[in-house]
Amino acid sequence: MNNYVIDLSLKPTTFDLWHVCLAGTVALLSLILIMLLLTMLVSLMRCRKKPVNFQAAPAPEPVVRIVEKIVEVEKLVHAPAKEPVVLKEATPDAALQLLGLLQQEARFIDFIKEDITAFSDADIGNAARVVHEGCNKALNEHFTLAVVRNEQEGSKITLPQGFDAATVRLTGNIIGTAPFTGTLVHKGWQVTSIRLPKLTLSHNAAIVAPAEVEL
Amino acid sequence: MSDWADHMQQGKVDMTENQADQGIIDEDSQNGTRYSVGIDLGTTHCVLSYAELGDIDDEQFLSHVMAIPQLTSPGSVEEKTQLPSFLYQAHEDELAEGSTSLPWTAKPEYLVGEIARSLGSKTPIRLVASAKSWLCHAGVDCKAAILPVDSPDEIERVSPFQATSAYLQHMRDAWQSQHPDAPLAQQDVVITVPASFDPAARELTVEAARAVGLGQAILLEEPQAALYSWIEKSHGDWRKHAEVGDIILVIDVGGGTTDLSLIAVTQQDGNLELTRVAVGDHILLGGDNMDLALAYTVKAKLEQDGKRLEPWQIQALTHGCRDAKEKIFNNSELDTMPLVVASRGSSLIGGTLRTELTREEVNRVLIDGFLPKVAISELPVSRPRTGLRTAGLPYAQDAGITRHLAAFLTKQQGATDELDDINLPEHASFLHPTAVLFNGGVLKAEALAERLMAVLNSWLSAEQAPEARLLAGADLDLAVARGAAYYGFVRKGKGVRIKGGTAASYYVGIESAMLAVPGMAPEIQALCIAPFGMEEGTQQELPDDEFGLVIGEPVRFRFFASNTRREDKVGTRLDYWTNEELSELDEIEITLPEESRRPGEVVPVHLCAAVTEVGTLELQAISQKDSGRWKIEFDVRAGE
Repeated sequence: MNNYVIDLSLKPTTFDLWHVCLAGTVALLSLILIMLLLTMLVSLMRCRKKPVNFQAAPAPEPVVRIVEKIVEVEKLVHAPAKEPVVLKEATPDAALQLLGLLQQEARFIDFIKEDITAFSDADIGNAARVVHEGCNKALNEHFTLAVVRNEQEGSKITLPQGFDAATVRLTGNIIGTAPFTGTLVHKGWQVTSIRLPKLTLSHNAAIVAPAEVEL
Repeated sequence: MSDWADHMQQGKVDMTENQADQGIIDEDSQNGTRYSVGIDLGTTHCVLSYAELGDIDDEQFLSHVMAIPQLTSPGSVEEKTQLPSFLYQAHEDELAEGSTSLPWTAKPEYLVGEIARSLGSKTPIRLVASAKSWLCHAGVDCKAAILPVDSPDEIERVSPFQATSAYLQHMRDAWQSQHPDAPLAQQDVVITVPASFDPAARELTVEAARAVGLGQAILLEEPQAALYSWIEKSHGDWRKHAEVGDIILVIDVGGGTTDLSLIAVTQQDGNLELTRVAVGDHILLGGDNMDLALAYTVKAKLEQDGKRLEPWQIQALTHGCRDAKEKIFNNSELDTMPLVVASRGSSLIGGTLRTELTREEVNRVLIDGFLPKVAISELPVSRPRTGLRTAGLPYAQDAGITRHLAAFLTKQQGATDELDDINLPEHASFLHPTAVLFNGGVLKAEALAERLMAVLNSWLSAEQAPEARLLAGADLDLAVARGAAYYGFVRKGKGVRIKGGTAASYYVGIESAMLAVPGMAPEIQALCIAPFGMEEGTQQELPDDEFGLVIGEPVRFRFFASNTRREDKVGTRLDYWTNEELSELDEIEITLPEESRRPGEVVPVHLCAAVTEVGTLELQAISQKDSGRWKIEFDVRAGE
């Protein structure tokens, strides 16, 4: 039988192909190990530098946080200017949620969906109070609204060169170059902060008002 | 709501600041206490306020009100500064699976907060409300599942204690999710209770806090918290507004209760000192009663026109009245406010009911009804309770808050006798307050605040006393929570501390050794075991009065409290007292365990009363032989 005997005292007398292969593998592995150690060393040094940078300017950080929040909100208001071809798809959830809130607080859908032709103005007025009060409450609770222009409506204002065309819309006799002077017709509204309720994962936002059954 | 946004933003700023100077905080977090947290555990709303203890060295105290995430309707979670103190026991089929998740749990044990209130308004049989008032209700076992009271047997009930724990647990979890690096169990927590809470109710509140892992929480009386908040808001200026000899009357009219306290300003070594000298009775009367009174007024008006109202319409009317009343109070030019009750069906215009609330009605019902112009000698009307009464809360029978106030001031005429700095004129028939601090949302209405001051000042001027002044600048809704957070600072040695101690003296009833007379109940003596104003962290023993207790058998004592007898010392025996002097609380019970003793053996013991640092009263029986100690239970109704 061909039994292998391990004898550590033996020394190879011939340098055959197997030995060449073995030596080559050892060389390759040690090369890889050296490269790995080097990359680790470099990355460690980079990491150490970072916290130094952070600690150098801790003070402005809180301010940055707030601005970040506002920018997020404004994204909802403006259309993205960079990619004019791709239009932003509005997520249906937020719209459904707002509809739900208006219905819940102000009976908004009930009011709009009802045929009002047969009713007297007094009756409609009564119902309008419910809707007005509720809408007011829902808006105040979930949005902070501010005017775009603080000037009195009807007063003359001047728009400098490079004014933001998204916040001010020009109408009428648009000729010449900025600065433009014109009458403020509408002061404009902007949402400065938005606080919509968070939804649980399984929540079906499409049910803006569940059917109600009294037992 | 803009306030709310401010708080949120402030909260955010703080968070980032915390992350920025993590290095400093690491030192503090050794013991983990970074914040002083105040919890206003209200009858109708809970508020949590907090401040960082880090800025304790500068005089600046910056407190924030935490926005508490809560379900507002099935499937939607909103952050609100107030957590309505309601609990709803939903039917298993009522809510869709997964629609009750909160940021910290997929399925909370109990539904609390806004969702409980809104679901409960349509299904009152499943709604638990006013759990706090039950805690102080003598004659019920607060750990027995009794709420909601008038509901079918099928509905699972909870105890007032469980409901209180559930509100605390919600706030604890909300805190944890917003401050993951600062567990609430490691912060300084102050929970406010009405000054009129009896020892059992205080003990239950502390136990509820312990049940949710807040074993370190301490108690503070709400009117004191309101005064602390006023002191904090004045930024050290309060010494200019208060002077030696002042008696500050704190009037706290909340949603469900009215709480009265008197705080005296005295002098010690040139420094101003504040001492709480008296507290009123537990009066279940508040803003909710006012809204309901208006709704019933309007309902009567509608019924005169032949319209019948259903219960849900009255509820909607109550909501409407609350808003309309506030608008009428805030706008002096408004004389009528339309009230509209929308139909429940999808047809809004056809089924809407319209009526009006007039200024005259508001004045008549609220101002004259709740704050009538009365003489100081008038007492609250109390009709004898009818024999058959459904189990319910002992609501105040007289809605006249001014009458309750008159009775309180007359009863407490001698409250300042022991203070040298305060001199009452000899002819005075009641205690003359010199300053008034308001608290509670109801008194935000100027018309009500003015009337209350006018009535009080009419009493004062009738006795040639100077008019009381109103301490301005209080935030009536959030003051209690803010003051509680500030109290955490005060306890660290910052600012002035209100001295108080126990709000009453306590007595046990013992049968006097007399010949038995057939047909007569044995005479009872009241033995004082804890004097008035006993300070936190002190204890008093009565070694001379021995009781023989039988091992293994519960022994019950009648238990009394007095908020007028200030002179009684420990061991004082009263043979005679009037009903006004001493009020009977629930019985207390001692059971000596059988361990290492023979059942039936009689052990001589004496009683010992201690006021814990937490602010609760603790009674113990101490063996004369081997100084073994046994706790005396307040809440013995469980065994009945």
